[in-house]
Amino acid sequence: MAKSKSAYSVSTKKEKSDTHIFVLWVANEAGVLARVVGLFSGRGYNIESLAVAEIDAKKNISRITIVTTGTPQVIEQIKLQLRKLVPVHKVANFKREDKQVIFKEMALLKIVGAKSKIDKCLKACKNYNPVIIDKTKKSVVLQITALRREIDKMNSKLKPLGLISTSRTGAIAMTRGAEVFN
Amino acid sequence: MSKLYSGAEIVFKCLEDQDVEFIFGYPGGAVLPIYDELKNHPSIKHILVRHEQGAGHAAEGYARSSGKPGVVLVTSGPGATNVVTALTDAYMDSVPLVCISGQVPTHLIGTDAFQECDTTGITRPCTKHNWLVKDIKDLPKILHEAFHVATTGRPGPVLIDIPKDIQFAKTNYSKPKIEKKLNGKSHNKFSQTDIEKFIDLILKAKKPVIYSGGGVINSGPKASEALREFARLTGFPITSTLQGLGAFPGDDDQFLGMLGMHGTYEANNAMHDCDLLINIGARFDDRITGKIDEFSPYSKKVHIDIDPSSINKIIKVDLAIVGDVNNVIQASIKAINKKDKNLKNSNKEKISKWWQQIQKWREKNSLGFINSNETIKPQHAVQRLYELTKNQDTFITTEVGQHQMWAAQHYKFDKPNRWMTSGGLGTMGYGLPAAVGVQIAHPDKLVIDIAGEASVLMTMQEMSTAVQYNLPIKIFILNNQYMGMVRQWQELLHEKNYSESYSEALPDFKKMAEAYGCKGIRVSDHGELDTKIQEMIDHKGPVIFDCHVDPGENCFPMIPSGKPHNQMILGPNDQEENKITGKGKSLV
Repeated sequence: MAKSKSAYSVSTKKEKSDTHIFVLWVANEAGVLARVVGLFSGRGYNIESLAVAEIDAKKNISRITIVTTGTPQVIEQIKLQLRKLVPVHKVANFKREDKQVIFKEMALLKIVGAKSKIDKCLKACKNYNPVIIDKTKKSVVLQITALRREIDKMNSKLKPLGLISTSRTGAIAMTRGAEVFN
Repeated sequence: MSKLYSGAEIVFKCLEDQDVEFIFGYPGGAVLPIYDELKNHPSIKHILVRHEQGAGHAAEGYARSSGKPGVVLVTSGPGATNVVTALTDAYMDSVPLVCISGQVPTHLIGTDAFQECDTTGITRPCTKHNWLVKDIKDLPKILHEAFHVATTGRPGPVLIDIPKDIQFAKTNYSKPKIEKKLNGKSHNKFSQTDIEKFIDLILKAKKPVIYSGGGVINSGPKASEALREFARLTGFPITSTLQGLGAFPGDDDQFLGMLGMHGTYEANNAMHDCDLLINIGARFDDRITGKIDEFSPYSKKVHIDIDPSSINKIIKVDLAIVGDVNNVIQASIKAINKKDKNLKNSNKEKISKWWQQIQKWREKNSLGFINSNETIKPQHAVQRLYELTKNQDTFITTEVGQHQMWAAQHYKFDKPNRWMTSGGLGTMGYGLPAAVGVQIAHPDKLVIDIAGEASVLMTMQEMSTAVQYNLPIKIFILNNQYMGMVRQWQELLHEKNYSESYSEALPDFKKMAEAYGCKGIRVSDHGELDTKIQEMIDHKGPVIFDCHVDPGENCFPMIPSGKPHNQMILGPNDQEENKITGKGKSLV
């Protein structure tokens, strides 16, 4: 083995990574998003997507949803580190495969082209709750809600049919049934 | 209607209510209203430093040696950026600091105003929490919360950024809410079942070792007492991290010395071969664990820590007990006494073979070095300093490097809060200002900064502070003209390419001391060492002691990078015995 010239130990084999969705209830105050995001970047964790908005104006609470990947040890560490942040009230996390949790992303798609192509697009999107938000003779703005990979798929599928602009949100999550996160 | 107070007045009212006696600071444009108010509060003394980093480290020294939070006051822009190193240092080593920084007036924030910087942005990753006060009404609450955050749970630094207009604005003052006395329980998340499991592991262990850390010190002097009782009760061998030194008496037979990269042979081998590892208030730092895959491979691991995120961060453990060290050990002692009154004797027998093995490791005398009658060996200098100061209650700070490790190895501490060193961040220049802070907290005690000549030059300006307040700190410089630890790594790992680690031009430290208005002592003759050290101790004011030591000396033993605990390199004594030649020495 080549001798190490580092004052630090060499990194060792990695475990398998999983995708997790973190849901955070935070105080809606200046800098709170920077604290959360800074924790991820500062400790070398990865953010796949991010969604944040105030959900309770009276109690001043925002809900942040973050999709990330990591080994079980890293996921646990993310959770514990997030809980140490002063404005973070509550943290929950789920595996992406968790059947008890609904994950949704939204996308706005602008398609420009002949009516026939636009119709093809609408047909292709029919499983993803398409809503026509704006329409002209040669264009349409479509809203769809679906999973990340489904939106990815539509994104590439609609390109040849005149898709010229995509805008999409991060994932948001909610449990099925009567239970709430805690 | 109650009286209205200005923001500056509120700052002091709050400091008074938090029983703050000292502020370490440096004035500037954006904190002038606060400085203007200083004269009206005689119970709070301001210590004027020479650089804001010095204020931060002095506050750290104060906090670590007294157990109270250190308070820092700096101006906006450069004042705040200069204190960042000290904040990061305090964050890494869990030292409670409350830093108040001035900021440009609210309406100028974001305009690149004179001496403006995004202080809360810059200090976000190096504080437990920080606040930018945008509304005067929030100020009292924020200040009290800041002290609460800094001192509870795992302690750490916080920062409050106060714009200048807020310092002038007026509002009502509210006293801190009296927290329900929780007896520290709020951070204890362990149950009696955890303690029972812990006792079970203790009773089963044949080759146990206690590995204690800075958490014991942070938990207060009672935690150190509890640790001692726990160790006596179980008869288990105990080792300590760099930060934990002093929690258990350094000259005790049960103590194996420090562990880790420059720890003793017996401590590291005990960690490697043990069947039960009890981590009390330490965090499995990479200087401790060495190669993770081969870290203590045969042991059940117990981790007692107040910070849940320390658990399983680096080393997976079998039993985690989240809580204040003092509470956990007390509960454990109680449970042991209830379960097995005779443990002390029965255990002794069960682990006697283990102690025999440890004794064999001890015989290696891994801290040994070849002394010289001509040059002063740095280890010898530290040993003599220890012998000549151990009869009084001495506080030691250090800089970072070889001298720091020699101090940790050869100076034996028998009380907590007597040892202040930058472990996590490894900040050269920590020791001198820290000594200033320690001396402020303990005006009648002997405070010595064991320093290297390279480190001490980084914050040398604070000698001026020491002279101003007549703080009799002793700066004990092990002068080898090299950045010794860098030189050592270059010798062992970079084919002796001593790239930029030699200081071609060093000041005459004796003259420098005199220029600052304090005493300078130089020694290079082995025979004179003791008398000169005594002269330093006897001098009533601050002293810079320039001790010229053997420049080629390396710090052993040592675990090379990427190696497990049982593959240490020992010092020259052992290498001669084993006929390892100069070539073998660099095979690391």
